[in-house]
Amino acid sequence: MYNAIDIPGLAALYIFVLAAFAGWVIIGRVPAILHTPLMSGSNFVHGIVVVGGVYALLGASNVQEQVIGFIAVLLGAGNAAGGYAVTDRMLAMFKTPDAKPGQRNRSARVKHLHAKH
Amino acid sequence: MLATLAPLIVGATGLVAAALFLFGLLRMSSPVTAPSGIRVAGIGMALAVLASFLYSANVDAAAQPHVLVNIGLAVVALALGGGLAWRSGRTVAMTAMPQMVALYNGMGGGAAAAIAAVELLGVKTTGSTALAVTLVGALIGAVSLSGSLIAWAKLDGRIERPLRVKGQQAINALVMGVTLAVGGWIVCASAGLVDPVVALPTLIYAFFACALVFGVLMTLPIGGADMPVVMSIYNAFTGLAVGLEGYVLQNPALMIAGMVVGAAGLLLTLLMARAMNRSVANVVFTRFGEAPGAHKQGAIVGSLKPMAPGDAGIAMRYASSVIIVPGYGLAVAQGQQKLFEFVTLLQAEGVRVRFAVHPVAGRMPGQMDVLLAEAGVPYDAIFQLEDINADFPDTDVALIIGANDVVNPAARTDKSSPIYGMPILDADKARKVFVVKRGEGKGYAGVVNTLFYADNCSMVYGDAQVVLVQMIEAVKSLGLPVAA
Repeated sequence: MYNAIDIPGLAALYIFVLAAFAGWVIIGRVPAILHTPLMSGSNFVHGIVVVGGVYALLGASNVQEQVIGFIAVLLGAGNAAGGYAVTDRMLAMFKTPDAKPGQRNRSARVKHLHAKH
Repeated sequence: MLATLAPLIVGATGLVAAALFLFGLLRMSSPVTAPSGIRVAGIGMALAVLASFLYSANVDAAAQPHVLVNIGLAVVALALGGGLAWRSGRTVAMTAMPQMVALYNGMGGGAAAAIAAVELLGVKTTGSTALAVTLVGALIGAVSLSGSLIAWAKLDGRIERPLRVKGQQAINALVMGVTLAVGGWIVCASAGLVDPVVALPTLIYAFFACALVFGVLMTLPIGGADMPVVMSIYNAFTGLAVGLEGYVLQNPALMIAGMVVGAAGLLLTLLMARAMNRSVANVVFTRFGEAPGAHKQGAIVGSLKPMAPGDAGIAMRYASSVIIVPGYGLAVAQGQQKLFEFVTLLQAEGVRVRFAVHPVAGRMPGQMDVLLAEAGVPYDAIFQLEDINADFPDTDVALIIGANDVVNPAARTDKSSPIYGMPILDADKARKVFVVKRGEGKGYAGVVNTLFYADNCSMVYGDAQVVLVQMIEAVKSLGLPVAA
């Protein structure tokens, strides 16, 4: 199949190493309280594998390839859709604190979190 | 025209998607911005999936006659897989979240393995390096698929206890060795270095079979409380597999997204292992708590002092500060809602209530935080170990619900204890400690908790939800708060 991109092995290593560093640094900033949504969120991100599944399925030239390609898209789509659904649901639950007596100091903390980014 | 333009559009969309993923994950660094983060990433995914259909403009001659059928199949697979997973993700109970995430993760690993299978069986990959990368990706993806499925079965209560046989590690090593040997044989045979003896497709099927078996064997012996580590490992595995298959397909979006997740999973794995003061290898390969002499314990001083739930509730009503330590037992009893109702009552009386969450409480990293958030606890009332541990000595009451090993002082002092060195919540340093517990059983580590015998500790026996209802009733019976 014709592909506009041709990545030599060494360039692939560059991409891998830089992506791994980016992931490490970005994920390192996520507070422990968000570790579950982070995990399901990164789970969603690797759902991009569905694109590879579509590639394999569209290029299938016999029944065997169609069956396996179909499975790849099916599983990849499940990964992406499911990962998104649960992450979105969980993040919606993290409420900003409402003004309750004795909680004034907390809004300051939220602002602090905001300010960092 | 379309044939030359299509790959450029696909490539550009992939780049945009990868950038949006990174930006989305970046926004996850605060609960305030996180919801928009996942939406940004979602847009990237939608764009990439839509653009991927443009691949149909450039299929090989052999696939040309099938293109329309293939497009139809892809649409059906997307709708079916996506639809079913979307529905389950929308409806699943928050307490069942770990097994759902395990399942979705396994699907991703399976998809990566399936892509590799198409490449291998269709002999589409040329060159020994690319072939080896395909095989390694296939191996990791397949292990992640079968391992995640076992993790799902364990978390869902379908497999009750860790399955352990003698010489398990030798068996695992053997299966892994065979898998690698078959993989090596495939590479050598494809390069024409050796005569394959067995037909290549058969070898490929054998390779996948071995990899799947290894995933099962690797996960079966691991116990429930070690699941946070296992989940993180498989998350990293799937990411890695996706990244490697991305290289095989020459798709940088897959490479970047996969590697980012791989690094994220690795980081979480190390964090979880550190929170248990164990190495990752120790979690995966050691039979925890079964080491000789592990159960030997120093003499226990003191006795268990039972207390009625109502009395404990009233004592907290008149305290000025309370820290609650929730554990997996709370989730099992589905007591989060009642707990928050009780907390709201205390707050109305002017009691300062905070939550202290241990990193490995629950069955996946951060699970207790999500369950508390679901019950309505604002996230800034939830504190992590290092942020709150110094506050216990100034606290009137530490209320421990469904947690055990994470508050066991033996981790600080008893060198013979299997949990020695594990960072714990210093709940024992509070002026009073109430422990809500089903019975007198031990925690996951099988270690007696010396905290329960301490002078300042009282035991409130019963199901967490039932106990909390009794506490609420007791506090309410004192009358409405004066301030309200």
